[in-house]
Amino acid sequence: MDKTWNNKAWFLVLPVLVLVAFTAVIPLMTVVNYSVQDTFGNNVFTWAGTEWFEELLSSSRFWEAMVRNLIFSFIILAIEVPLGIFIALNMPKKGWGVPMCLVLMSLPLLIPWNVVGTIWQVFGRNDIGLLGYYLNAIGIDYNYVQDPFDAWVTIIVMDVWHWTSLVVLLCYAGLVSIPDAFYQAAKIDGASRWAVFRYIQLPKMQRVLLIAVLLRFMDSFMIYTEPFVVTGGGPGNSTTFLSIDLVKTALGQFDLGPAAAMSLVYFLIILLLSWVFYTVMTNYDAER
Amino acid sequence: MNLDLSWMAWTWPTAAFFVTVLLLLCGMAAWEYASPGGNPRVGILRFETTRGDRLFLSLLGSAFIHLAWLGLVGSNLWWALALSVVYAVGVFRYV
Repeated sequence: MDKTWNNKAWFLVLPVLVLVAFTAVIPLMTVVNYSVQDTFGNNVFTWAGTEWFEELLSSSRFWEAMVRNLIFSFIILAIEVPLGIFIALNMPKKGWGVPMCLVLMSLPLLIPWNVVGTIWQVFGRNDIGLLGYYLNAIGIDYNYVQDPFDAWVTIIVMDVWHWTSLVVLLCYAGLVSIPDAFYQAAKIDGASRWAVFRYIQLPKMQRVLLIAVLLRFMDSFMIYTEPFVVTGGGPGNSTTFLSIDLVKTALGQFDLGPAAAMSLVYFLIILLLSWVFYTVMTNYDAER
Repeated sequence: MNLDLSWMAWTWPTAAFFVTVLLLLCGMAAWEYASPGGNPRVGILRFETTRGDRLFLSLLGSAFIHLAWLGLVGSNLWWALALSVVYAVGVFRYV
């Protein structure tokens, strides 16, 4: 049967195109323009060519921030995904516990990023913070302001506290969609708890897990607000991720050219990783 | 109404870059009009790609080729451009 094409539908897309043009395309064009020029303000620009890109690619500061970002994302995924699966598997499937758990799990997700940062900044302080004060009281030398390791631990624990719920909720949605017949068949076959997880639950969760990994990777790779509020990128540069470095360059030093070059490289990396994840997800769907 | 776009800091090279991208998109639209369906096929990456995917891969790969050239070789980007064209032809032919 021939499809009926109605090109009037394109007009319905126009508002989105205009919105995207103003919020994404025009800013992106401006960033490209800035990345090949230098400015001292007042809309006066001088041509710099590829100078900022060369400077960026040979800058140890940029690569160090990139490595920190990758390590942070890897640690976050290594903790949040297994923990999220574990919690989802142990959440009640029926009864009054279901809404209670869902509300409790949703709460961290509803808190704005800067508030999460402020909560943990106060929580970890040695003088008035519950965590910092009692850790020191029991003899653990904890000071996230001066010790890079403590700063990393604080930021990682904060992110786990903030975002594991997302993985839990996605996995839980995958788990509750499994028909009871699967479990009954496994019971008849005498399948162990591990076998049920490996051959029934995990395959059924695979799609939502891919979404969870994609979302958490992208979010953690672009993280800015929480570490900025808690540590400000310190001590030293130990928690300076790419986004913090970018804002320091663009707004702290008002180096718009180098910041624009860094933005473009950062954007290309995220675009590449998004494409990889998107391709993996869509091909997994196609195979199924 | 005086529309002041000086804050966008346009230059001829960047304008030429965006015009080229726009022409590529128009060319792809015309190609799609002439031959609808996107010509999906499975290439050396072992998954299905349309010609839109292949253009995306060509542009993204070209950006990384230019960056790699700048970081590893030098600031003369004509060779990087030539390499990108070869890469794009390869992508459209084999991916």
